[in-house]
Amino acid sequence: MNKRGRLFKTVDILLIALMIAPVLCAIVLKVLTTPASDGITITGARIYFEIPMPIQNLIITESQINSWLVMISIFALCLYFTHGLSVRSPSKRQHIAEWIVEKVDGLVNGNMGESFASFAPFIASIIALSAFSSLLSLFGLYPPTSDINIVAGWAILVFALITYYKFKCGPVNYLKSFAEPIALTPLNVISEVATPISMAFRHYGNVLSGSVIAVLIAHALQGLSRLVLGWLPGVLGEIPFLQIGLPAILSVYFDIFSGCLQAYIFAMLTMMYVSGAFPAEKYEERKKIKEKRKQQKKNSQQNLEVN
Amino acid sequence: MLELAIGIILGCCALGAGMAMIAGIGPGIGEGNAVAKACEAIGRQPESKGAVTSTMLMGCAIAETTGLYALVIAILLIFVAPNMLVNVLMGVIG
Repeated sequence: MNKRGRLFKTVDILLIALMIAPVLCAIVLKVLTTPASDGITITGARIYFEIPMPIQNLIITESQINSWLVMISIFALCLYFTHGLSVRSPSKRQHIAEWIVEKVDGLVNGNMGESFASFAPFIASIIALSAFSSLLSLFGLYPPTSDINIVAGWAILVFALITYYKFKCGPVNYLKSFAEPIALTPLNVISEVATPISMAFRHYGNVLSGSVIAVLIAHALQGLSRLVLGWLPGVLGEIPFLQIGLPAILSVYFDIFSGCLQAYIFAMLTMMYVSGAFPAEKYEERKKIKEKRKQQKKNSQQNLEVN
Repeated sequence: MLELAIGIILGCCALGAGMAMIAGIGPGIGEGNAVAKACEAIGRQPESKGAVTSTMLMGCAIAETTGLYALVIAILLIFVAPNMLVNVLMGVIG
């Protein structure tokens, strides 16, 4: 075993603190800014402040702040996992990091093929960001993924990637791909535009519906416990005993399972759409034709020089 | 009179939201079919459980989309539309 000095441990503790600090920071912000209310309410993201901009004020909401905090947290987590890498005596965390990297590499290779192997970090970051954002609701915070603006941003990014890979064979082929059966051109255009919309709505709708249902059930349990214990005098009648623990069972499905599943599905769809958008055979054909033309040009130039 | 108009707006929004969620039937049936077929496949070939399960989850997620469209419309009808429609009404009345 290699010796680990005091400096190593201090850096470790600092990284762990950097991991936890954003979550605590978000909780403090939420406690400070949320006004006290008597009942349980369903609200959107709270607006923290607005920055004046020439066209329209830039609105900084809870979901933006939370997603930045999640990013800081994931950054610290990655640094923690990769801190003190060694070939001879790998530590536990190095095994975990290697397992994650291997899994993501396998996923990307299996779904997109070898030519897209460089996509693995992007896919891993999408999964991590989406999953941790959804898991933020376990701390009672507003999950950024239940705001459509955040998820729509990711979906637009994926749409840009899809369009980039469709453009690889030139603009003519890109336009031709819409008119494959000529009669269905409008439908093809609609389905192309519907891709990012459906991706954004799928992710956002799943997370949001989970939180809405959780709030509704918590509200119902409050009413039910009032009905059962309401006849007791004073404070005793106010104890919401049914609210203790029962909503947590739902949270296992709606927060943990659904959040992680949506992250996985978003990443899978990204991989499938991007790899499906790239016409590999046509691209290689074009490459060959271009090379032939180049060679022909070279040959003709040489001929001219000889002549 | 104004109260009646606003009441009609609120009631219709709630009704519309409820009717929009009828769309939940479709994904329910579709996902049920998908899971039933996946169970059959796993029963026939237990060794392909992993691949079948992940494919089934993908298919379920895509089948769910139509239901989620309905959910988004219902949420818009409950949280956004009443405010907007009442504002429009106020604008018309002046």
